[in-house]
Amino acid sequence: MNNSHLIKTEGLYKKYPMGPTTLVALDNVNLNFKKGEFAGLVGPSGSGKTTLLNILGSLDSPTEGSAEVLGEKVENLEHKEAAKLRNNHIGFIFQTFNLLPVYTVYENVEFPLLLQNISESERRLMVMDALEWVGLSDRADSRPTQLSGGQSQRVAIARAIVKKPALVLADEPTANLDAQNSHNIMETMVKLNKDLETTFIFATHDEKVMKYLRRKVYLDDGKIVKDEVIKHELSKE
Amino acid sequence: MLKFLFKGLIRDRSRSLFPILTVAIGVTLSVFLYSYLNGFMSDMIKSSAHYNTGHVRIMSQAYAQESNQNPNDLALIGIDTLIQNIQKTYPEMIWTPRIKLGGLIDIPDANGETRIQGPVSGMAIDLFSESSPEKRLLNIKEAIVSGELPKNHNEILIADDFAKRLKVAPGDTATLLSSTMYGSMAMTNIIIAGTVRFGIAALDRGAIMADISDIQIALDMDDTAGEILGFFPDDNFYEEKAYQITDSFNKKYKNPEDQFSPIMGALPDEAGLKDYMAIMDVAAYFIVGIFLLAMAIVLWNAGLMGSLRRYGEMGVRLAVGEEKGHIYKTLILESIMIGIIGSFVGTVIGLIPAYLMQIYGLDLSFLFENSTMMISGVLHAQVTPTTMFIGFIPGILATVFGTAIAGIGIYKRETAQLFKELEV
Repeated sequence: MNNSHLIKTEGLYKKYPMGPTTLVALDNVNLNFKKGEFAGLVGPSGSGKTTLLNILGSLDSPTEGSAEVLGEKVENLEHKEAAKLRNNHIGFIFQTFNLLPVYTVYENVEFPLLLQNISESERRLMVMDALEWVGLSDRADSRPTQLSGGQSQRVAIARAIVKKPALVLADEPTANLDAQNSHNIMETMVKLNKDLETTFIFATHDEKVMKYLRRKVYLDDGKIVKDEVIKHELSKE
Repeated sequence: MLKFLFKGLIRDRSRSLFPILTVAIGVTLSVFLYSYLNGFMSDMIKSSAHYNTGHVRIMSQAYAQESNQNPNDLALIGIDTLIQNIQKTYPEMIWTPRIKLGGLIDIPDANGETRIQGPVSGMAIDLFSESSPEKRLLNIKEAIVSGELPKNHNEILIADDFAKRLKVAPGDTATLLSSTMYGSMAMTNIIIAGTVRFGIAALDRGAIMADISDIQIALDMDDTAGEILGFFPDDNFYEEKAYQITDSFNKKYKNPEDQFSPIMGALPDEAGLKDYMAIMDVAAYFIVGIFLLAMAIVLWNAGLMGSLRRYGEMGVRLAVGEEKGHIYKTLILESIMIGIIGSFVGTVIGLIPAYLMQIYGLDLSFLFENSTMMISGVLHAQVTPTTMFIGFIPGILATVFGTAIAGIGIYKRETAQLFKELEV
């Protein structure tokens, strides 16, 4: 793995057959992300940001080109290898939180660790650490239905970072939150990025998110139209 | 992970309650029907043993060939010595002689003229000996409807329904017309001591029961009986042991050159029950199979509905790095848990009516009024050790099978597609 590049895409295409024609969701995407970046894929609906996020998360594979994530070429990964990559190194945060409603906050955060054969005592430490990072250690026994939207998204963040992944992919994480909760969530992620050096990549068109980003990759019709580094955002933290 | 899955099952009623209820209902029915079939077979065996063949039966070879016709001219001679010998050789069995006869019963009017006649089948048993097992085996005391047990010679018991048709009551006299073992006509005056309900339609229609010593005199059958029956003391039939005894006896006594030499047969062969028993075995597993299939179809659909509802969960699990194969395995594991819980609940519930029916029985004798089979009109269930686990076969297999098919939908679905559906 090249240490300078956590993610590297070259000539990336994703095409979907649509009857007699072909929909090009990603069109010759060439991108690099370094360790510790706090970046966003920005663009309107249908611009290809979620498709790109799925490929970077090894949930999907490209039609053409290459996507290298943490030294693994996504297009060459078998199902099991892709699952292993996600389990060990990648965390996901969703727009709709997607917590498992029958499990407690603690159990939701614990779930990724169950797949890693980690002892119960060690799991407990890691889960409580993660909950402390997001400020919810006092809600460990609550069910998701007992939490507010902001709290639910914090639990989702805790679940994403509990295994201390190198990369967190967040798809519209604030879309269902009000301004105050969005601000709190983004502050939490900025802090985690700083403290743990976790790389965050967002797919968003939400201004509330964009103002925290240190890099914005603009997508339109599957193409990169602008790649902007915003240095002054750092001072804001 | 098991603990995690179990918690999910317990807390998510839609994931556990409906499948467990489905399994429990199916298993309850399987267990009850299996017990009922066992009881039906057991009743049939007991009725046949008590009224017809014993657990083993000794006859002359010639009598055995035509035993359905009660050919007393071919009966066994010298039974006292034979019984003494077999009591010594096979002390684990209870031995008792019987004579079956057919004839006519004639009821006189006040002037001694024939008032009414009817064909009769008779069973001559040892009613007077203290050591005789017959009263216990045939449950005679409890079967008496009116009158009492014969206390004196030439007193008989008559089927209550038959007595009503003949318009006779205890204390009335009658004449039994039959034939001696040498073919001449036999006429004996008898007194009706009591009326009984056998509970078997074929006997209730026209049977009498008399002491064997009276019939031996009446039919010229001194030291002779049509059959000697052997019973296991606890009244249960032990097939393997019965066949051991018959093999041993036939080696010692059967002489192919002498058609009057004794031969012993075991109940399944004697009553033609072997085929019934085989059919019942098949029927029992057929029932289990039907319930397995029905439950599997229901649970397959339940699994599909559950899977649709759980697409979101599956997407999250894939996203955090769980393999599709692992998800599939956990679904199967969940189904095994559901199968075990549902089967346990269903077995417990199914055993309750089965036990009640074993103890009290279900009186359906009105349905058997025209039956000629040696079967009790009161149906019983029978709970056996197999009953305790038979329900687990359809219970667990159906849930696993149903889930396995439903789970394929998830397994085959593209990871990205599942993931996308999270956003719906």
